[in-house]
Amino acid sequence: MSVQKMQNHIEYEHIPAEKFAFVQLDANIHDSRLETKSRGYFADAFLRFKKNKSSLIAACILIALILFAIVSPLISPYTINDKDTVYTKSPPFIASIADKGWGIFDGGSIYNSQNDLAYSYWKGIAAETGMDPVLRIVDTTTTYVKYRGQDKASNTYTLDINRYYATGIVYRVFKYSEFEKLMDWQNETGIQVIYPYVEPKDIYDISDNPNIWYQVSDGKGTPVLDENGDFIPAYSTNTAIEAVPYESLRIEGDDGSYIYSIKKSGALQCRICYYNYYIYLNGHEPMYIFGTNSLGQDLFGAIGIGARFSIIFAILVSAINLTIGAIYGSIQGYYGGKVDLIMDRIADILSGMPFIVCTTLFQLHLAQKVGVVTAFLFAFVLTGWIGMSALTRKQFYRFKGQEFVLAARTLGASDRRLMFKHIFPNSLGTIITSCALIIPSVIFSETQLTYLGIINLQEFAGTSIGTLMSQGQVAMTSAPHGMFFPSIFLSLLLICFNLFGNGLRDAFNPSTRGVDD
Amino acid sequence: MAKYVTQRILLMLMTLLIITCICFVLIRMLPPAELPLNDPHTQVIEARREAAGYNKPYMVQFGIFLKNVFTKWDWGVSDKLYFGQDVVKLFATKLPATVCVNLYSILLSIPLGVALGIWAALKKNTWLDYTISTLTMVVISVPSFVFAFLIQYFLSYKLGWFPFLMKEGTDYFSWNMFVSMLPAVFSLSFGVVASFTRTTRAELTEVLTSEFMLLARTKGLTKAQATVRHALKNCMVVVLPAIFGEFIGIMSGSLVIEKIFAIPGVGGLYLNAINGRDYPIFIMVSCFYTAVSLLAGIVIDISYGFIDPRIRMGSKK
Repeated sequence: MSVQKMQNHIEYEHIPAEKFAFVQLDANIHDSRLETKSRGYFADAFLRFKKNKSSLIAACILIALILFAIVSPLISPYTINDKDTVYTKSPPFIASIADKGWGIFDGGSIYNSQNDLAYSYWKGIAAETGMDPVLRIVDTTTTYVKYRGQDKASNTYTLDINRYYATGIVYRVFKYSEFEKLMDWQNETGIQVIYPYVEPKDIYDISDNPNIWYQVSDGKGTPVLDENGDFIPAYSTNTAIEAVPYESLRIEGDDGSYIYSIKKSGALQCRICYYNYYIYLNGHEPMYIFGTNSLGQDLFGAIGIGARFSIIFAILVSAINLTIGAIYGSIQGYYGGKVDLIMDRIADILSGMPFIVCTTLFQLHLAQKVGVVTAFLFAFVLTGWIGMSALTRKQFYRFKGQEFVLAARTLGASDRRLMFKHIFPNSLGTIITSCALIIPSVIFSETQLTYLGIINLQEFAGTSIGTLMSQGQVAMTSAPHGMFFPSIFLSLLLICFNLFGNGLRDAFNPSTRGVDD
Repeated sequence: MAKYVTQRILLMLMTLLIITCICFVLIRMLPPAELPLNDPHTQVIEARREAAGYNKPYMVQFGIFLKNVFTKWDWGVSDKLYFGQDVVKLFATKLPATVCVNLYSILLSIPLGVALGIWAALKKNTWLDYTISTLTMVVISVPSFVFAFLIQYFLSYKLGWFPFLMKEGTDYFSWNMFVSMLPAVFSLSFGVVASFTRTTRAELTEVLTSEFMLLARTKGLTKAQATVRHALKNCMVVVLPAIFGEFIGIMSGSLVIEKIFAIPGVGGLYLNAINGRDYPIFIMVSCFYTAVSLLAGIVIDISYGFIDPRIRMGSKK
């Protein structure tokens, strides 16, 4: 029996080549090549993604928001360091649209309970500078008070006031050379910046209100009107106090006797129309599409700059966390047993640390040595990879016992090859999609910490959305737009990122469709 | 079960100890706060620092710190913000406000969230479900300070229903105090409502399609009976632990909301400690936050086992 087997064995071992014959050389193969195009995993996922309308819309909005972040600082005529000291907390304003009177971008904000005195004050500004701050009268209430036996009507207005025109005239102190330059510029462009000087002694010693240029009857600034109901100018003609002879545009009605500046300790003081002075300084009219914040920065550009940082930072953080988490989770999941247990403990301890504690410690220790942003990045990386590693570990447990892994192992594949060539690609879909959900969570935490002021990115990035929002929060009642625009941007960004991420996840693993977490 | 619970608690204590140690050492590595010269407390604090082992090796300091905490419940004195005050007493004055606001918030939001979740699940794939789900998605994505802004601007400023900030004082249960807390309570509630709606809806839709529901209907229960007796019960296996976790979490509160509404709570204390570099307060509150989050985690895990006898805790997979 055993001899027989031995002989067979030998027979099989040395078969001469001529003994072989083809079995089916001319047989027909009935299989035909697949006519349809085969569809890969990613193409399939993309097809499923396209069917999900809400995610698709979210993706479009997301692209628009990212484009906004890239483009808006370029479009905006201001940089983040341009901080106007007068036009702070001002509403959206674009001069060319404001002129059309559509009620948008006109720098208007509602002023409540304005009395006759305030109304005449606005009229005074309009009469002098030619720019009427009162956009419209929203509401008028007339009340009658008995005054010396007579009914005296007094009005209370609710006005829509253009905050840019409302600044009107301000006092400025110039060096003589600057004043010369300003006069030259006036002659060139024909725009009136410098207005005749008014001596406080002519207007009941009102010295803190440069907008009063007319004769008044008391210290509150009640105007004295002529028979036509017009203001009577109170411009000074006292050449004794004039600083330099004025050789430039004179206002209408000036016979050449008005003075335009007075001496002020080695320099000169004059009244200038701030709106026109702004044109002199910046070379263009104010154009604040989203208005300005309490520092006088252009919100339109600032949101873009903050968003740029947030998005780039979030992508960087998730890329780093993805790498660390994937490697850590792979090792954990592949080796299992004791290694898994110990590594799990380490991850447990790290994840037990509240994020805010961790960030603060990094800020206290590292911010001075490696910079605020790097320290911030470390804080995110320290605990951020844990979720990713848990995910990878789960996938490894799922795949490592499967036949294809066994087959590869039989063929002699090394551990590393098995981990990263055979098992890891299977979990790639899950990992990529969770990355899309990490990004919004990073933006969320980053905004929250900058909002609280624990992290200050102003030196590195100029500003951040959280900083803008905390500035907006302070001035919420007087300038709600300062909070409104960053809030809208941030909310849209986060909603779209989440919707997009959910759509991606559903597309990559259809089995979890509709389960939200 | 008992073994598993003990094991978990011991592990938690170990984790807490390690995190405390890391925090403590990292903080002690920083130069301590400068003390003002002509203050009666300065000498006391210097003496206390001597006793606490400043200038000794860090692990010795940590040993002294632990000894003080365990034997005398002494977490040190504030050396900057609240000069010379005992940290524990300070903390105890801040805790009620936080707990109060958060308690009101979850008492309002959990029933609402669960109810909305159930409603959405029962009307699955109708416009109602879509509306609720979309709103949930939106609310979860938007940070709480955006809601705080909307509430403060519209309800407090435009309509004038509520005060801007929380009332000062310690009468936490008076009516005025309650009203002044409401904006903060609402701002906190949005997120909680949304997360409970989401969890409940997801869980309940899954349970409603399972086979035992079909069986319940076949044996003659009405839809309502089957839903209440079988589906809800099973859905609560996931929802209840989350509720417990939320209740533990009320102690830590929200830094952002406390800042916006000027709530004199733990979050505000913590923020001040960070910005003012008051390290003793920082260590104490950090430990507290860590303990609360660990405790919440452990309560959630263990309660699964108590609620659902089918889940064997700690058994091998």
